[in-house]
Amino acid sequence: MTWLESWADMTLLDFSRGPAMKVAMFVFVLGCVWRLLGIALLRGRRDLSTPRHANKWKGLRLMGLRSWPRKEFLGGTAFGEALGYTFHAGFFIALLFFLPHVLFFTDIFRGLGIPSLSSVTGFSWPTLSSGTIYFFSAISAAALLAVLVHRIINPVKRMLSNFDDYFSWFVTFAPIVTGMAAVSHVLLPYQTLLALHYLSVALLLIWFPFGKLMHMYYIFTTRGVEGVQFERRGATL
Amino acid sequence: MIDPKPPAATLGEHLARRGISRRGLLKFSAAMTSLMALPPALIETFAQNLASAKRPSVIWLPFQECTGCTESLTRSTQPSVEQLIFDMVSLDYQETLMAAAGHQAEQSLADAMKRNHGEYLLVIDGSVATGADGGYSCIGGVSNHALLQEAAKGAKAIICVGTCSSFGGIPQAFPNPTDAQPVSDIIKDKPIVNVPGCPPIPAVITGVLAYFVAFGRLPELDPLRRPKAFYGETIHDRCYRRPFYDQGKFAKSFDDEGARSGWCLYEVGCKGPTTYNACATVKWNGGTSFPIQSGHGCFGCSEPDFWDQPGGFYKPLAALDWGGAATVGAAAAGGVALGATAAYFARRRQKYLAPKDDARGPGVSDSSTQAAGSSAGKDGGRRSGGSNDMA
Repeated sequence: MTWLESWADMTLLDFSRGPAMKVAMFVFVLGCVWRLLGIALLRGRRDLSTPRHANKWKGLRLMGLRSWPRKEFLGGTAFGEALGYTFHAGFFIALLFFLPHVLFFTDIFRGLGIPSLSSVTGFSWPTLSSGTIYFFSAISAAALLAVLVHRIINPVKRMLSNFDDYFSWFVTFAPIVTGMAAVSHVLLPYQTLLALHYLSVALLLIWFPFGKLMHMYYIFTTRGVEGVQFERRGATL
Repeated sequence: MIDPKPPAATLGEHLARRGISRRGLLKFSAAMTSLMALPPALIETFAQNLASAKRPSVIWLPFQECTGCTESLTRSTQPSVEQLIFDMVSLDYQETLMAAAGHQAEQSLADAMKRNHGEYLLVIDGSVATGADGGYSCIGGVSNHALLQEAAKGAKAIICVGTCSSFGGIPQAFPNPTDAQPVSDIIKDKPIVNVPGCPPIPAVITGVLAYFVAFGRLPELDPLRRPKAFYGETIHDRCYRRPFYDQGKFAKSFDDEGARSGWCLYEVGCKGPTTYNACATVKWNGGTSFPIQSGHGCFGCSEPDFWDQPGGFYKPLAALDWGGAATVGAAAAGGVALGATAAYFARRRQKYLAPKDDARGPGVSDSSTQAAGSSAGKDGGRRSGGSNDMA
């Protein structure tokens, strides 16, 4: 039996749990290492000017400062930032405190030889009830929808948006709604919904290194680097 | 089984001869309709249909199987196997339960198929070996494959009892040395109902037979040809431990406090969420218990390929087959190679673009908004710059 025949014989759930996830994980790790190393190994630019401020590392404050809207732009950016925080909070609560997700990560850590939290500290990672997770997932999905609508109706944002923005939105939104559908068993058999959830996660992992979702790595490092440069040159942060 | 009287014309007549009252028939009908989630109004119809029905001939053929399905059937309590065999159906061939053996048994099979051609129910347990021209599994010198095709010709319908005949089961598990196949992959022109399980719940086997006798047709089926009355919901949905799942209370091992408290077994590999069966409602041994109630997670035995499912029996459903350290290591090595290659060409480009008389280094601009190391790389500049703050 060839691998193609064995794939063809699989149920959708087995395919999503097996080959699809394996390929997705491979692409995710390969892509992330590739992209990050490609940037890390670029030539640095030497700056021979005299630093304006003695301690340039104070510029790292920019990582935090940029995470909150500036007073001057509050009216224009507060709504978008509030949606962003709402989405991210809901998303990470659902991702990190739902038992099946915790078991997914635990299995990976175990497979990579990384000791579990409980084996080191004696405490196990806490999980939340299904209802709580569903609530935060719903908030997260609603925030994502609002972000999309805002992006579409705002002429400036619409003009700045490209395929990357919309597809990154889609691959983030899909796991949330398929996960919620799987938990609530709506429309399709549970196995199909679960398979769709796994496949949507696989799609997210595959797209992650090549789209704007890489901001997960870049966002704070970029702000830190900029802050250090600004501080050196005497800019007001 | 020899009856000196002429055979009864209907099942009702047969039951009356055996001293079963109408009240007894109604009680049996109520139990059956309840089991199959039929509306109470159908009890009377069910009883009437049963009374006027002819006892169907049932031919039961065992192929690549372990006899566990028959063992399960013999533990049926409602109806009991005696009720099933003597009252509801005419079980004309069943190797484990019949007295005849050898050539007499084969002759009885041939006679039953000829006498009831086009009318008998064909029950199959076990998968069909198709490798080596069916030579891996033969009865009386005839391969299972050939016997199935011959018997199916005269069958009114086929009931596949057990996961092996329904989906291939354990004989079809990797590497499937006998090229085992489910019945539905071989017979395409007959109505087939699958009653999977390893083994199936006895009441489900008898329930399907009772439904066929009462209504003369097969019950409503799901896409995998399983009766919806028994396979319409997952074990997880009907599990008495479900509230603990929803509350986030899980047994971490089979001998911890959570297990002793009867908490959810999801974390120790229970496949209840993806398994459609009636174990949690009908249960086993006359409604006494079922595997989860006994402290073990569900195997998912009524689902296709349950033996080969990724992760095995004891890994939680959420533990996907992500490839292990080898896959991640290979991916990381590939990423290092690609990243280093990309950086090499980017650095060459940086050097090429740098002003020849610029002693400061390869920078191409003095823009203060560009991150260190990203000024010359087209992609790196876009990614590492302020644009991502807008994301």
